[in-house]
Amino acid sequence: MIELEGVSVTYGAGPTLIRAARDVSFRIPAGDALGLVGESGSGKSTVLRAVAGLIPHAVGSVVINGRELPNRRPRESRKIIQMVFQDPYGSLHPNQTVDQTLSAPIAIHRLGNAESRIMAALTEVGLGREHRYRYPHQLSGGQRQRVAIARALILEPKVLLLDEPTSALDVSVQAEILNLLTRLRRDHGLTMLMVSHDLAVIAHICDRIGVMHSGRLLEMTTAEALAEGRVTDPYSQQLLRANQGFDASGVVIDVAA
Amino acid sequence: MSDDRLLTIRNLRVVYPGDDGDFRAVRNVSFSLGRERLGIVGESGSGKSTTGRAIMGLIPYPGRVEADVMRLGDIDLTRLDERGFRRLRGKRIAMVLQDPKYSLDPVMPVGKQIAETHRYHFGSSKQAARTAALEMLQAVHIRDPERVYHQYAHQVSGGMGQRIMIAMMLIAGPDILIADEPTSALDVSVQQQVLAVMDEMVKSRGMGLILISHNLHLVSSFCDRVLVMYAGQIVEVCDAGRLHEAQHPYTKGLLTALPELGHRRAVLPQLRRDPEWLVDLPAAVGAAS
Amino acid sequence: MSATGLRVGAPTGWRGWLLDPAPASRRQARFGRWYRAWLGLRRNRLAMTGLVIVLALVLIAICAPLLANHAAAFTQTLEDRLQPMSWAHPFGTDELGRDIYSRVIFGSRITLTIVALVSIIVVPVGLGIGLPAGYFGGWIDAVLMRITDIFLAFPRLVLALAFAAALGPGIENAVIAISLTAWPPYARLARAETLTRRNAEFIEAAELQGASHLRILFTQIMPLSLPSVIIRLTLDMAGIILTAAGLGFLGLGAQPPAPEWGAMVSAGRQYLLDQWWVATIPGMAIFIVSLGFNLLGDGLRDASDSRAG
Repeated sequence: MIELEGVSVTYGAGPTLIRAARDVSFRIPAGDALGLVGESGSGKSTVLRAVAGLIPHAVGSVVINGRELPNRRPRESRKIIQMVFQDPYGSLHPNQTVDQTLSAPIAIHRLGNAESRIMAALTEVGLGREHRYRYPHQLSGGQRQRVAIARALILEPKVLLLDEPTSALDVSVQAEILNLLTRLRRDHGLTMLMVSHDLAVIAHICDRIGVMHSGRLLEMTTAEALAEGRVTDPYSQQLLRANQGFDASGVVIDVAA
Repeated sequence: MSDDRLLTIRNLRVVYPGDDGDFRAVRNVSFSLGRERLGIVGESGSGKSTTGRAIMGLIPYPGRVEADVMRLGDIDLTRLDERGFRRLRGKRIAMVLQDPKYSLDPVMPVGKQIAETHRYHFGSSKQAARTAALEMLQAVHIRDPERVYHQYAHQVSGGMGQRIMIAMMLIAGPDILIADEPTSALDVSVQQQVLAVMDEMVKSRGMGLILISHNLHLVSSFCDRVLVMYAGQIVEVCDAGRLHEAQHPYTKGLLTALPELGHRRAVLPQLRRDPEWLVDLPAAVGAAS
Repeated sequence: MSATGLRVGAPTGWRGWLLDPAPASRRQARFGRWYRAWLGLRRNRLAMTGLVIVLALVLIAICAPLLANHAAAFTQTLEDRLQPMSWAHPFGTDELGRDIYSRVIFGSRITLTIVALVSIIVVPVGLGIGLPAGYFGGWIDAVLMRITDIFLAFPRLVLALAFAAALGPGIENAVIAISLTAWPPYARLARAETLTRRNAEFIEAAELQGASHLRILFTQIMPLSLPSVIIRLTLDMAGIILTAAGLGFLGLGAQPPAPEWGAMVSAGRQYLLDQWWVATIPGMAIFIVSLGFNLLGDGLRDASDSRAG
C-alpha cells in the first residue's frame, strides 16, 4: 500500500544545512501498521510529513496504492491519506466548533449528506450530540484527539498517519485512544504509519518497528524482537534501555556544550 | 530517613472562584516531606501542579490557598504574604519547571543569571558570584562550565538547560526542591541524565525532593515514596517499590492501562472512573506518612 | 454545596443557557462564547467606562435632533456672539452667535462618520495586504511589504494633508486621506499574526484535507488575526479623530458651517483668553471621545490576552 524509496528532506543550505531525512525507504503492505521510533531530531516526523505530502521540497518517491504521488498533491489524492497530529489542541482551530471542524472536509470535497456523515463520525469515535457544538477549549485532551481522529476519518481514507497521537494525553485517556485506533484499524482495514518516542505505545499498535536516528532508518524490527532485546544496532539498544525507567547505574552523567 | 520533617502539610485546600461556580482544585491534601524523594503522580487536573505551586505561594489571584497546617521547618506558610514568600524562594524552597526555554531569561547569558541569583540571596560581589556560578555548573556535571557560562538560553539544548536551571535553583542552598514535570519535554536518554543529576544534588546536600509528574513509571523507578492524586485529592500513598501492591482502584486502573513492551494485549483495560472517587476523603489519608 | 463535586454554585436560567458547557446548536455555542468574552470585559472598570463613552457618542449622534436644536447650530445671530454659558446656551455661543451645545451635539455625527468610514476602509485593506504577505511569503511578501514601507515612511499628518489638498476639501476626502495613511500598521499587524499561525498544526490539517489557500486564509487565519486588528483600531481611533480634527483645524476636511469639532477649536483659538469656552468645549469633546476609545481598546486587549489561542 505504501512504498517509500530514497526519501530525503533537507532544510537550509551551506553551514546551516540540516538533513532531516536521509534516503529513507520502506514498504507497508495494505492493512499493516508500521511504527517509527526515535528521539527528537531523528527525522521520524519529517518522514511522516513527506508521506502526507506536506513537504513540497522532499526528494525521493512516495507510492500509495500503486500511484506515485508528487510533492504537491492534487486535491483528489487527499482523500486517500489522512493524518492525526500530536497536539490535540494545536490541530483544531480554536475558534471553530467541532461541527465546523468536521464540516470543512465535507465542504472542500463537496461530499453530500453532511448531517449524517458528521453524526456517524462522532459516534464512531465515541463522542455524542452534546459535543458537537463545543469549542476545543471546552473539550478534554482525549475528546479533542477523538475529534481529530473523526476529522481524519470523515473522508474515508485508506491510509492513516499518526504523529505521536497519545504523547500529549494522560495515561487513562491514552488507553482509550489506543483502543479506539486498534478498533478503527480493524473495522476499516486501514494501513497505518505511526510515529512515537514511546516504545511501549508503538509496540502496542504496530507490527513492525523502524528505529530512526539523525534522519536515517537504522534498523527494521518487530515488537517481539524489541521486547526480547534482540536488536542489533547499538543505538536501538540504548533506546530500549532508556525506555525502561530510571536506572542511575546506566547513565553517563557528564555532558559538554 | 531522619525524623525531622522538612515540610508538613495538613488539609491543604486550593479554590478558584469562577463564573461557573467555585472550582476546588486541591482538597484534603496532607503529607509530610523528609530528606527523601517524594513523587506526586496524577493526570491533568489532578491538582498535583497546583499543590506544588501552593507550597511556593505561586497561586495567582483569584485562587485561594488554605490549610490547617502548612509548615516549612518552623515557618508557617499560611501566614506569608508575597514578600515573605519571595524571601523563601530559592533560599529555602526552589522549583524547577518543565521547559527551560520559558524559565531562562533569553537576553542574558545563562551563567550570569546563576550569578545574579547568588548575588540576590547573599549580596555577594560580582567576582564571588561568578565563582559560585561556575562551581554550580560544575556540580551539575557540565564539563566546560566556562564556555557554557557565556551562552544564551536558545543556544543550549533542553537537557543542558535543565541542568542550568537546577544549578540556578540550588545555588542558594534550599532545603527542598520541587520539580514539576522536569523531564517531560526531554528525550528519554536525556531524561535519565537530568534525573541522575538531580538525584546526586539532592543526596549530597541532604535535601528533600518533590517530583511532580504524570509518568507513573518514571516516578516509581526514581522516587522513594509515591503519592497518587486524583481530582484534587491524594488517593494513594505507598513506597515506590511497592506500587504494584497499590490499593486504590484508580492506581490499579492506571497501572493496567499502561501498554507494556513484550506483553501485548488486544485491548487495553480502560480506566473506569467511579464517581465514588470524587467524594471528599477524610484528611487522614496521607497524614500518617 | 456538594461534597462530591469539584464545581459548586453553577448558574441557571438564561445565564445557564449561555454558559452551558455542552451547547446544543451553533447559535448557543456562538452566543455562549460572546457572553464569556463580555463577562471578561465587564470585570474591567476602566474598559467599561470607555465603552460607556463610546456608546454615549453613538447614542448622541443618533438622537441629535432630539437633544439639540438643529437651527441653533447653524443660525448666525451676531448680536449674541461670544456669550458665556447660561441657561439659554449651556455651552455659550461662538463667534457667529451659534449655540455651541447644539454644534457639539451635531458635531458628534461628523466624528462618528469619520470613525466609521475610516474603519471600513482601513481594516479590509490592512488585512488584504497583510494576510497574503504573511501566508505566502517569498516575493509576494517582499512586494507587499515594500509598498507598506513606502506608505509608512511618510509622516501621517503630512501625507494626509497632501492627499486632502490634492483631493480637495470636504469630509469624505478627509476620510479617504486619513485612511490612506492609516492602513500600513494594520497590514504589518495582520502579517505578524499570520506568521505566528502559519505553521500551526490546524493549518497543516487543513492543507492535508485539500483546502485551497483562499479557504485557509478566510476561514482559518483571518478569524485569528481580526481581534488584534480591531483592538489596534480602537486604540488608534483617538489618533484618527485627532488627525481629522487637525485637518479641520487647518481648514481641510469639514468645511464651514459644518460643526466639526476640530474646525470649532480652530475657529475659537483667537478667543481663547477671554471667551475660552468657544475652543475649549469642543476640545474637551475630542478629548473625552479619544479617551473613551483608548480605554475601550485597552480593555479589549486585556480581555483577549487572558484567553488562549
